[in-house]
This record gives sequence, structure tokens and C-alpha cells, in this order.
Amino acid sequence: MSMTSTAPPIQIEQLTYAVDGRPILDSVGLTVQQGEIFAVMGRSGTGKTTLLRLIMGLARPTSGQIRVNGVDITGLPERDLDELRKDMGMVFQSAALFDSLTVGENVAFPLVEHRRLPESDLAERVSDLLEMVDMAGTEPLMPAQLSGGMRKRVAVARALALEPHIILYDEPTAGLDPISATASDELIRRLRDTTGVTSVIVSHDVQSLRRVSDRAAVLHNGRFLVVGPMAEFAASQDPAVVQFLSGSPEGPMSGPYQPD
Amino acid sequence: MVRAIGRQVLAALDFTGDQILLLVASAGYIVRGRVGLRRVLRQMAITGTDSLPIVTTTLFLVGMAWGWHTATYMVRFGAADYFGGGTALAIARELGPALCGVVVAARVGSAFAAELGTMTVTEQVDALRALAVSPVRHLVLPRLIACVTVLPILTIVADASGLLGAFFLSTHFGVSSGAYISSIQQLLDPIDLYGGIAKTIVFGLIIALVGCRQGLRATGGAAGVGRATVSAVVLSIVLIYAANFILTAAIFGA
Repeated sequence: MSMTSTAPPIQIEQLTYAVDGRPILDSVGLTVQQGEIFAVMGRSGTGKTTLLRLIMGLARPTSGQIRVNGVDITGLPERDLDELRKDMGMVFQSAALFDSLTVGENVAFPLVEHRRLPESDLAERVSDLLEMVDMAGTEPLMPAQLSGGMRKRVAVARALALEPHIILYDEPTAGLDPISATASDELIRRLRDTTGVTSVIVSHDVQSLRRVSDRAAVLHNGRFLVVGPMAEFAASQDPAVVQFLSGSPEGPMSGPYQPD
Repeated sequence: MVRAIGRQVLAALDFTGDQILLLVASAGYIVRGRVGLRRVLRQMAITGTDSLPIVTTTLFLVGMAWGWHTATYMVRFGAADYFGGGTALAIARELGPALCGVVVAARVGSAFAAELGTMTVTEQVDALRALAVSPVRHLVLPRLIACVTVLPILTIVADASGLLGAFFLSTHFGVSSGAYISSIQQLLDPIDLYGGIAKTIVFGLIIALVGCRQGLRATGGAAGVGRATVSAVVLSIVLIYAANFILTAAIFGA
């Protein structure tokens, strides 16, 4: 596996995803480097979540290539995908905790399924994971008893349980109050700094992404308008980028509502 | 018009294809011995205890209604001594298996579709896949094994309950209890009992596959889960009746 260890964690080429002939993603290319926090921005409904689902193999592209750790996943059977997924974590926008299980059981779930741990080690590992996301001691609670922000933290702990090298965040700050949002940004950076995990965030929260991302891309009409550190975006002449960063209702990103 | 028919045909093919894929995938896990025994036992317990009261009540009442009509006529035509055997044949071959299938489809198939449908629309099924856990192995397989094993057992209990209902009623219509029991012994072959129970294995397969498939294909929030649940019950009941006819012809036709 020497070849795969030097390959970038995520490499996307000419990726197209179309629904009923309408491209959601249109020949997109992207390379995320080891340990990087990469953000994909765009308005709601532009295909950001779809991009994460494609990287995770939850959806199949119309054409193009997605390489994870150097392995092209686009034609991979589900069973081989599962091997790669153990090296990836995904934090869903809704957290997607298993609502019939406790917080502790949710975090333990991937460990129970994929690792053979003695009961005491399992409990200790779950407690460590929850502490990592500032949710220590919440094992016996049910997901319904938690706030949205807390649920997302538990989802992060669950996604990290198998110690993945890649983690994908879908709208980590959506629905959070400003203080929780800042705490979420700090958590994402801290996890990267302590574990070296490669992180991809999709979000429309410009403030948050300025704080947290190393590089970012703006997605519009299925294509990336700009890719680079967000500090450089201010120099962009692209009217759509200017509109998105300023949040102006007037500009090329506005238009008649298009259903997904 | 042609397009509408075409869409229906495509939907039917899609439905059939999904069922075959689910069945093949489930069989694959069974062959490779990757069955989570604890989850299977849990589903068996839920399926069995959920269905037992309604199944026994249904067959007891049907047995009584059957007894009301049939016993009246058979006594009038002097055939009272054959009433028990006729009842046992009807229940063991048809009433027990078919009604059990329908009742469990309504009670358990709907629950499968609602539970898996909710998990699907709230991204919990995607979360399973993202954690490298197969939804087929984790969700479908335990329900499939539970239905296929529990339904035959329920049917035996239901058959007994139906016979009891008919017995209870017919004694008030002039059928002697001794004749009732001896005519059952005389007319009922083991094949009648086993044939009826064998049918319910297929019904169990239908209930689990249809319920799980409709749930996993649910889209569009709470309304989508509702649609999935209704369609799971309607489709599995129709399929059970169709399968019942074919199996009756195959098992008892010769």
C-alpha cells in the first residue's frame, strides 16, 4: 500500500452528477491534501451535500473519478467501499444519531460492529471520545434529550470512533447559535491539530469558514468559481464570488427559485 | 396512456428487482454466516409477541363465524359428524395460513416500513452505510429471518385457536364434541397441516421483503413514511393472496 499512502486523501477529477439530465455537479475537480481543512461553500441546494455523499460512496457519480487514499471508488462494490469507509467519518447535517440508542451506544456502535473490544475498554474508549467533543458523561442520555449542537458533537464523536484519516462535515454550524458555532469551529480545528485528520466541510456560513478553513472553494451552477485560501477571495473579480461573500441579494447567484 | 402504462411496468420491474436484490443480499449474509443472532432473536420476540393476540383472536372469531354457517347446514343435512374434519381442513389448508399472513402483514409489515422509512428519511440509514455497516445485514436480515421462522409458529397457534372457536360454537348447534374430535382425526392428513404451514414461510418472506423495501425507499419526510407504510401493507396483502392461490394449487392440487 506504499502507493496509496503517498496519494492525497481525496482527489476528484471531472466529476459530474446529474439528476434527470440536469447536472448538479458539472465536471468538478478537486484535490484535498493530507491534514488540510477544505471548505466547499455555496448557496443552499447547489449540490454541496451531494459532493460529500459522492465522496462517501453513498451516491454514485454520473461520470468522472473520485479517489480516496488513491483508490478510485466510483465503480467499487459496496463491500470494498465499506473497507474505505472505515477510514472516513461523516457528520450529517441532522447529526443522524440512531434515535433508539443512547448517546453512549451511538458512539460505541462502530466499535461494536468493527472492533472486538472487551466491555471495559469499550466504555473507556466511548468516554474518551465524548470527552474529546466536550460531551463527557452524557452516555446514558437519549439523542432526543440533546440540543442540536450537542447532537452534532455526539455525531462527531461517533464519526471519530474508528480513528479515520478523513472526516466530512455537512453544514456543521447550521442551526447553531453564534457561540455554539464558534465552539464547533474550534472543535474542528482542534481535532485536526491533535489527530491530523483531513477534513472537508460544506457550509454556507462564510464567517465560520473564514475561521476554520485552510482552503475553500465556491460552488455555483455545478462548478467551482474559485479555489484557494479564503483570504485571497477578497481579490476575486468574479461577481458571483463577490455577491456570495457579501451576502448581497443582487447578483448572478440570485435568480428564480430552482427546485432540487 | 402508453406512457402511463410504461411507468407502471417500470415501477413493477423496479419493485421486483429490488426484492430479488434484497433476497440475494440477505442469502449471501446467511451463507457467509454473518447473521447477528441477538438482533434476530430481538426481532423474533417483537414479531411473535406483537402478533400473537391479534392472530389468535382473529382465528377464534373466524372459527366461530365459520361454525355458525357450516354447522347449521351440516346438521340440517345429517352430516354433523363430518363438521370437525371439514373445519380442520379449511383452517389448516387455507384460513389459518392466509389470515395469519394478512394479519401479520398489517401488524408487523407496517411496523417494518414505518421504522425503516423513518430511519431512511432522517439519514439514519445513510449513517449506517457511512459507518461501513450494511443496512441489509443490520436491518433487513434480522426481520426476514424473524418473519420466516415466527409466522409458521404463529400459524400453528392460530389453527388451534380457530378449531377451538368452531368447536365452541358448533356444540351449541347440535354437533357432539366426540364426533368433532374423531372426525378431525379421521379427515385431517399431516400434509394438510404441513402444507398450510409451508405456505406461511413464503408469506413471511413477502411481509419482510416488502415492508423493508418500501421503508428503505421512503422519501419526503413524514408523508413519505406514511405512503411507504400504506403501500407495504397493501402490496404484501395482495401478494400473499396471489401466492396463496398458487401455493394451494401446487401443494393440494395434485
